[in-house]
Amino acid sequence: MSDTDFVTDDDAPLPQRRKAANGDRWMVGLGLAMLALMLILTLLGPLIAPYDPSMTSPNSLAPASAQHWLGTDSIGRDILSRLIIGGRTTLLITVVAVCLALAAGLVLGLTAGYIGGAVDQVIMRVLDVIFAFPVFLLAIAVVAALGPTVPNLILTIAIVYTPILARVVRAPVLSVKSWDHVEAARSVGVSEFRLVTRHILPLAISPILVQVSLTLANTIFTVTALSFLGLGPPPPDPNWGGMLAEARQFMELAPLTVIAPAGAIVFATLTFIVLANGLREMLDVAGKR
Amino acid sequence: MSDPFLKVRGLTAAFTTRGRDVQVLNGLDFDMAAGEAIGIVGESGSGKSVTARALMQLAPEGSSIRLGGSVTFQGQDLLQYSERQMQTLRGSQIAMVFQDPMTSLNPTMTVGAQIDDMLRRHKGLSARPARDRTVELLERVGIHNARRRADDHPHQFSGGMRQRVMIAMAISCDPALLIADEPTTALDVTVQAQILRLLLQLREDLGMALMLITHDFGVIAGMVERVMVMYRGDIVETGPVERIFDAPEHLYTRALLAAVPRLDAPEAKP
Repeated sequence: MSDTDFVTDDDAPLPQRRKAANGDRWMVGLGLAMLALMLILTLLGPLIAPYDPSMTSPNSLAPASAQHWLGTDSIGRDILSRLIIGGRTTLLITVVAVCLALAAGLVLGLTAGYIGGAVDQVIMRVLDVIFAFPVFLLAIAVVAALGPTVPNLILTIAIVYTPILARVVRAPVLSVKSWDHVEAARSVGVSEFRLVTRHILPLAISPILVQVSLTLANTIFTVTALSFLGLGPPPPDPNWGGMLAEARQFMELAPLTVIAPAGAIVFATLTFIVLANGLREMLDVAGKR
Repeated sequence: MSDPFLKVRGLTAAFTTRGRDVQVLNGLDFDMAAGEAIGIVGESGSGKSVTARALMQLAPEGSSIRLGGSVTFQGQDLLQYSERQMQTLRGSQIAMVFQDPMTSLNPTMTVGAQIDDMLRRHKGLSARPARDRTVELLERVGIHNARRRADDHPHQFSGGMRQRVMIAMAISCDPALLIADEPTTALDVTVQAQILRLLLQLREDLGMALMLITHDFGVIAGMVERVMVMYRGDIVETGPVERIFDAPEHLYTRALLAAVPRLDAPEAKP
């Protein structure tokens, strides 16, 4: 959302503004619906998947049919089943990693923002060092060093995204902490911990929500990209990036083998981007910052 | 006579801004008796609010304040207290009502929850008794339907009502001293009178000492027994309220009084 958009929105007569607000809510609704669909598919994966994702058959590179809705891959495994089960791994890594990054980002960002001074400087400069690396390069380096297992992937992604979240937490804390109600709370003897968790953080939450949603989108992309490069969870467990890599050479023979995982990746990423944009509009984050 | 209720000696306060030291209080000396009502008057920047904050050791966020001298409250030197000790004291022994009720309540918590929190922390009450006491306090400050209103958020209250909530919060743990820092400046004149009357009533009922900070002589006239006039970090004059009004000694006090527009007197000469 650019500044000019925000200004025109602000100058619009009231009824139009209300309509815009409804539109934002609609966008959040769409994002949540997409998220729900994805969660149902992944949580109920083994129940829904029509085949064992690792079961091979002579019927390789088959086109879409009634038995195999999305066809089969080069060694005859059902692509739909592999998508559903593979999504579990991808989303598990994504969600756990972002939760870890958020936890670390909250602790570091709140500490730096609230205490300020030298503590702030030290924390933020250390995070700047991590931030200075291109995300993907750093992720490749860490995974290559630690080995491509699921826990390592989670840890890597968490490390890579912590600085961004810490920054997004710190910025609003810096301003909220000097608001009157914080001083008023302090004047009645509220402890520092409660001050931060109940009187500062809830007012700083909007940009954090938006950033978490965006980070989820980025993380899905990073996880699949790492898998594509062979740094993902080891085979034979399916995952979207790995499926894409395997199918690449058969792209002309069986386009579905590439289109299906690519579509899944796009859908998952789009889910979080739609959600982030909707939240940003609804919570008016651009206006507050 | 034993130690007075509040004894302030040589209180200094200095801020550091952009590497430069600014002294805002130049060694204040004053006493307060238990249950006494005292007014602090002065123009903006005279140090009235800093005096109040110095007593509670609250520095404006993002600044560091250095205090000197001694503040003896009920026989204890507060300047020797640790931050943790001060946290226990704030709200339970000394409480404060702020200038702007519109921004002084946490907008994300219901007003009831904010008062509950204090009672649970300072009085060790559990959830239900705390809520009962909260409702009692809200009724006491004149909020109707208190049980239901306690579950409302601050934005559902008017400015005057919010100031009542702030007062309820401040008196919730029976403080011995209530500091009111320009409690009516942000309110309509009609509401001002109500809030002042409420403060007066509560002070009488609870027997707490009241420190009323204002730049408005009209506010203190019927409220306090003694007035301290501050100017540039010093107390320039102190005395009973009638004498300050009738026979101000210090030039600055006279100038301050002359600055109050009056209906019954010819235009004041400078």
